[in-house]
Amino acid sequence: MTHSATRDTPGTPDSAPGTTRRRGHPLGRLLRHPMAVVCLVLLALIVAASVCAPLLTSAGPTRATLADAFAPPGGGHPLGADSVGRDVLARLLYGGRVSLLGGFIAVAVALLIGVPTGLLAGYYRGRSDAVISWLASLVMAAPAIMVLLVSIAAIGPDTNATMAVLGIILAPGVFRLVRASVTSVREELYVDAARVSGLGDTRIVRRHILPVVQAPTIVQSAQMFGVAVVIQAGIEFLGLGSAGQASWGAMLNDAFANLYTKPSLLVAPGLAIVITVAALGLLANALRDALLETGAPAARRPGRPGAARPSALPAGGDDSLLAVENLRVTYPARDGERTVVDGVSLTVRRGEVVGLVGESGSGKGQTAFAILGLLPPEGRSEADRLSFDGRDLRGLGRKERNALRGCRVAYVPQEPMSNLDPAFRIGTQLIDPMRRHLKVTAREAREKALGLLERVGIAEPERVYHAYPHQISGGMAQRVLIAGAVSCDPDLLIADEPTTALDVTVQADVLDLLREFQQERRMGLILVTHNFGVVADICDRVVVMRTGQVVETAPAGRLFAEPRHEYTRMLLDSTLEDAPPRAPLRQAPATGTSLQEKV
Amino acid sequence: MNTTPANVLEVDGLVVAYAVKGRRAQPFRALHGVSLDIRPGETVGLVGESGSGKTTLGRAVLGLAPVAEGEIRYAGRVISRLSARERRALSAEIQVVFQDPYTSLNPAMTVGDILTEPLLVSGTARASAEERVRGLLDQVRLPADAAHRLPREFSGGQRQRVAIARALCREPRLIVCDEPVSALDLSTQARVLELFVEIQERTGVAYLFITHDLSVVRCVSHRVAVMHRGRIVESGEATAVTGDPRDPYTRRLMLAAPVPDPERQRERRERRRSLKAAAAE
Amino acid sequence: MLTFLVRRVAAGLVLLYVLATTAFAMMSLTGTDAARNIAGTMATPEQITAKRHELGLDRPWISQYGQWLAHAVRGDFGTSWFGGDSVSESLVLKAPVSLSIVVSGLLLATVLSAVLGVAAAVRRGWVDRVVQATAIVGYAVPSFLMALMLSATFAVQLGWLPATGYVPLASSPSGWLRSITLPAVSLAIGAIAATAQQVRGSVIDVLRQDFVRTLRSRGLSERRVLFRHVLRNAAPPALTVLSLQFISLVGGAVVIEKVFGLPGVGSAAVTATVNGDTPLVMGVVVYLVLIVVAVNLLVDLAYGWLNPKVRVR
Repeated sequence: MTHSATRDTPGTPDSAPGTTRRRGHPLGRLLRHPMAVVCLVLLALIVAASVCAPLLTSAGPTRATLADAFAPPGGGHPLGADSVGRDVLARLLYGGRVSLLGGFIAVAVALLIGVPTGLLAGYYRGRSDAVISWLASLVMAAPAIMVLLVSIAAIGPDTNATMAVLGIILAPGVFRLVRASVTSVREELYVDAARVSGLGDTRIVRRHILPVVQAPTIVQSAQMFGVAVVIQAGIEFLGLGSAGQASWGAMLNDAFANLYTKPSLLVAPGLAIVITVAALGLLANALRDALLETGAPAARRPGRPGAARPSALPAGGDDSLLAVENLRVTYPARDGERTVVDGVSLTVRRGEVVGLVGESGSGKGQTAFAILGLLPPEGRSEADRLSFDGRDLRGLGRKERNALRGCRVAYVPQEPMSNLDPAFRIGTQLIDPMRRHLKVTAREAREKALGLLERVGIAEPERVYHAYPHQISGGMAQRVLIAGAVSCDPDLLIADEPTTALDVTVQADVLDLLREFQQERRMGLILVTHNFGVVADICDRVVVMRTGQVVETAPAGRLFAEPRHEYTRMLLDSTLEDAPPRAPLRQAPATGTSLQEKV
Repeated sequence: MNTTPANVLEVDGLVVAYAVKGRRAQPFRALHGVSLDIRPGETVGLVGESGSGKTTLGRAVLGLAPVAEGEIRYAGRVISRLSARERRALSAEIQVVFQDPYTSLNPAMTVGDILTEPLLVSGTARASAEERVRGLLDQVRLPADAAHRLPREFSGGQRQRVAIARALCREPRLIVCDEPVSALDLSTQARVLELFVEIQERTGVAYLFITHDLSVVRCVSHRVAVMHRGRIVESGEATAVTGDPRDPYTRRLMLAAPVPDPERQRERRERRRSLKAAAAE
Repeated sequence: MLTFLVRRVAAGLVLLYVLATTAFAMMSLTGTDAARNIAGTMATPEQITAKRHELGLDRPWISQYGQWLAHAVRGDFGTSWFGGDSVSESLVLKAPVSLSIVVSGLLLATVLSAVLGVAAAVRRGWVDRVVQATAIVGYAVPSFLMALMLSATFAVQLGWLPATGYVPLASSPSGWLRSITLPAVSLAIGAIAATAQQVRGSVIDVLRQDFVRTLRSRGLSERRVLFRHVLRNAAPPALTVLSLQFISLVGGAVVIEKVFGLPGVGSAAVTATVNGDTPLVMGVVVYLVLIVVAVNLLVDLAYGWLNPKVRVR
């Protein structure tokens, strides 16, 4: 797709204003996250307590004093004693060492295996990728518990060895993540650019690829650590860990054996596990927010034009189909809100084509979506007047709005391929709205859909009717979308850059098609575009926008002949269609027809 | 085709084929024997629609696409089958500006790092590399403090200026420009094109200028080649190809592009319709 | 589609073969000395050697494996070295216990995570916060700890449900339900957390897609857009997570069975592991891998049904 010209795809989350990206050093960003700080402090305390266990308690974790069995907290045993009189606090502290060491071993093994193989497979692809990917899927398909049990049966009950095996089980997850990140970066143009700049593979990996892999791997490591702590506790609980060592899982086992007599023994090891793992999980979440920038703004209910205010002008009147006055669209931003459409007024008469022209950021697309009531959830719009065929669109209920949309007001989108539901046949997507709005039978809708497909210039309507969107080309998909938009005979069609994603030859056909429908049915048409050629081709009147405001509205002929606003003049001067062609190179050509074809 | 050392680039009977998934599938041929050449200081425009193979040709010149048959020569030397090391050495000579200024700059690196990187790799000392970057930023009309900022702080047009500066930093003799202004707004597009022409006139660099937009190609190119389905269907002086095209496909392409003037566009539309009607008969 | 299925089944068999071979090799080459375990601590070296010969442990592992494989392909997994029961028979007896809690746990998780995930994605607000909180709880509380807490509360303290034991479905449906409720719930909570989170994420992703806006522009009701179009497109990733969850539930069941004293495959597996009972361990390996293969096959079929790109080319 070389022609997806502008980045101005209004309304997509990518460009929706308000998704301001956070800045600054990753560590700084992390430390600004209160949850991350709390988790880091907690984990630091747990590590410190485990490491300094001998300083914090004089009791031995495995020394049993039967006289102290089930001793309550206090005195010699701050947290009490277990069924054979071992000190709970000591077991908790020393058990922490076992858990942390086990988690560390598992994560280290997983990273040592997963990261290099992922880099290798993702960067070089080919055979090594095929082999490693196959091995990874094999290990992933083996149920973890089975591998652990078999390895315990083979090696014997050794907690650290079992954790190393767990690392091997976790490694394919790391491999896949790293490989996926590498593959996605490798497709980026900046990696191609680096290669063309003469960078060697090692440098490209170090400078351009590793930094991208780093963040998701750190997030995953935190998660894996939590998983390892949980699984290790389970192994110890089953009595399959190293014999005779104090661990949180073994403490739970003791509590389980005495569930009827002293269930409170569950509390200490249970809390220790939950707090440790929760801290790791929340830390992973905070890391993801800080490192991977997925800061979506808080969603609100769908924006709807504000409450009706008395309008300065009487509604309806002439044959105006759509009247918009002082439309404003805002998005929440960090410092209050951002206005992307600021006081736009326009009218569309029956049978009139109005071009909405502007560069990216002019708010032309947002204006169209606001009229359709299709702003993203966080966008809000209000207007002094927004009426369609004499009806006030502001404050319409969901039901009334749906009755109008698709039936009397229709929409043709910019990107044909992403605007058809990939999971449904094209026919189904065409007849659904017709059955709803026109109350026709399935059979009638089908007839009509086939007729429409033929009408929009599709050679084999039957085949396309039964096809899925991925089976047709972009140009065809745009024809299907136009067929869908006009299927219920709308009075107003709003087309958002309908030809931007298409090749020039296809663009010309699509414009012809829009013109024919519009003239045949005396539809009003709003055409959002950045291309003055398209404007000249089809528009009766033009509204030129810049940064959310209308700078000039004029009949098409007058606008091109004598643009009044300097911004319009600047835009028209920037069009290259009438620019002089570049003169031939001055020096004499080396050969007569050196640029020749050889077919 | 005779080898003239005066040419910067010669492409001769180039075939590019991509392996297709599936055991019995034929490899997909993106180019079917394409030939063209570029002289020093010249811009050759390569026009075509999506799938015409124009981008593939550019990538083959850059060593990023697999050459199945034919040859690419740079200054008389065959470069279509180079080892990775030899290819790297060539990076001082052939450079690139990609279409999308958003993905062609590493978002995590400052503009300064992006620009010094190729220089440091080629052995330039850091101090002189930084000195050079200051000069480059000035050349592409970016403020000197741009070096300390990240790509996302710049608009599309400014980012494309950074990409141009990166292409220029090792003083190449040929730059492959792959749709370098397609993602830009109208007013920005005109200014970036002016910059391209100005740099060429000052440095004598040659451009292989790939685009789908006939009006763009007309105002930057000395000569133009039109591609369609992996072949060059017409080529020649820009004035000739864009003013009086001979090939039916080129004609169709010309007439399909709308002009920003309602009267003339009506005429053009009529001519396109009659051409279409004639073709249908 | 048929060739696709045949290929997947073949891949499953390869997986089964490779894993079985690896497991057998590990058991034989490094395993605990089963003969000594069986003969007991009082046994003389002669007795142990005799036992070893009886079990065939004095032969090279490859020949032991060949013998096992030759019987296994005919459905005969030998007899347990400890207790001497037929491995196949005891697995057939124990599998329903394990599958009861795993499958009901999965059903519970599927329904609840779909409802919670969709609600969180569409409504945001407090539902969203509840789902996020559940995700952390589900991640941080191991299923066996959840089981211990539920057992301590509802069985030991309140006495509402049995703390241990299994009632077969055939002998008393209500008793069966009571005996598996706590195990299934403890298993489900972790799965709900992970899956609801995934459902929420993919529904939000699909809601942002261009085609959803276009469907709305056609005047389709919000409910129709959500239930017919959005869910259909959001299902595949959720399905993947669900299949992974199923496999991890099978693992979780091993520990849960111990907590609730259920005579399932998991308890047998733990005992066999401790003893080094190769025939029984191998039987469990085959059982687990078969479950994985079957689940993956079902997921592949569902994928094909949901995603026309897989079905139609």
